[in-house]
Amino acid sequence: MVKYLLLIATLVLTACQQKPETTLYQRLGAEAGVEKIVDSVLYGIEHDQSIVHHFADTDIPRFRRLLIEQFCELSGGPCTYTGVSMQESHTGFQITQAHFDALVNHLITAMQQQQVPVAAQNEFLAMLAPMYKDVVYR
Amino acid sequence: MKKILVVLCLAVASSNLMAGSKVIATGGATNIEGNSGGGIVPWATINGYSSSDEWSVTTFAARVGVDDFTLDSYGVGASFNNQWELSFARQKLGLDTIGGELRQDVLGIKYKVAGELLYTAMPQISLGVQFKKNRDFALPAAVGAGDDSGYEFYVAATKVFFDAIAGRNLLLNTTVRSTEAHQTGLLGFGGQGVTRKLMFESSAVLLLNYNLAVGAEFKQKPNQLGFADEQHWRDLFAAWFINKNASVVLGYVDLGDIAGLTEQTGFYLSVEGTW
Repeated sequence: MVKYLLLIATLVLTACQQKPETTLYQRLGAEAGVEKIVDSVLYGIEHDQSIVHHFADTDIPRFRRLLIEQFCELSGGPCTYTGVSMQESHTGFQITQAHFDALVNHLITAMQQQQVPVAAQNEFLAMLAPMYKDVVYR
Repeated sequence: MKKILVVLCLAVASSNLMAGSKVIATGGATNIEGNSGGGIVPWATINGYSSSDEWSVTTFAARVGVDDFTLDSYGVGASFNNQWELSFARQKLGLDTIGGELRQDVLGIKYKVAGELLYTAMPQISLGVQFKKNRDFALPAAVGAGDDSGYEFYVAATKVFFDAIAGRNLLLNTTVRSTEAHQTGLLGFGGQGVTRKLMFESSAVLLLNYNLAVGAEFKQKPNQLGFADEQHWRDLFAAWFINKNASVVLGYVDLGDIAGLTEQTGFYLSVEGTW
């Protein structure tokens, strides 16, 4: 009996410990999670012939840092995005809907790999989707 | 049934073949009229996964089995630029109790005029035209239909709302169709006293994850052929987007009264291959 009570107590406590994970940032895996998602997106871009040419002149370490900042800030993490606006950074690149779709697919793959819960993925996608108008056909 | 198996085998065998860039499930399923939609309602979505400057080809086979009728439908479609969709479907309604069959061909074209399903606040809006040709007009003519062919025009608005219910994405669709068809054309078109009517159709689909969705549909139908009441259609369905090359939809349908035979309910099964 005591054994069972201990087991139940342990389960309840474990459940409680997981509960404070409320901000989207935390559900994306906080600092480590966001970094892994960004790295996975970068890997996806690097191996995607349809969009990799857009990054030919990009300073990748800087781009990585800015993307991490942006994802962190958007999801409610303790960061400040120090880059320029989406519109400014994408104007003149002739980014098409297919390019945007490709990037969304890489982000989804990255979040799936990191086993981000579906609800958190959707919450994050809801924040990013409106950027379409600032990125595509600029 | 054989066609359903052929489409499924083709689609599964070709997995990992290049499909377009669009996000999985955003091409919708293929409705029994051959265009992108749910099971019985055309949506504003463009079939397949062709994004900007990309091509996509789809094929589908479906069966609806209700108490006294069996509808088989199969067809092909092509889309370009996530904007144009051309489709062809061949339907055969088996009159299991009455005897005989009614066949119909549906040629459709759809054009996206505004909005982006996932990315804009405005819903995706498309215009469509369908030309339907009844191939067994003797029976429809005998019960009062005036024409063996007819045009239908529709406007559809579709939008995905992210994180809408329990963290899941929700797709809502509304379609308004101008038609003078009886039982979607399987019982012909027009006739004495028949006028063109605007019909309301709607779908709601909850995307449980990237591969699974459950939904419900309503299709308002005119009731203009005197010999027997025609009623609105409804369905509930579950869709499985196995990958970008293959999807399966299984549903329950309520087609109301058809040709005097009441309360026609049963199953809906559809498979789609996309390249």
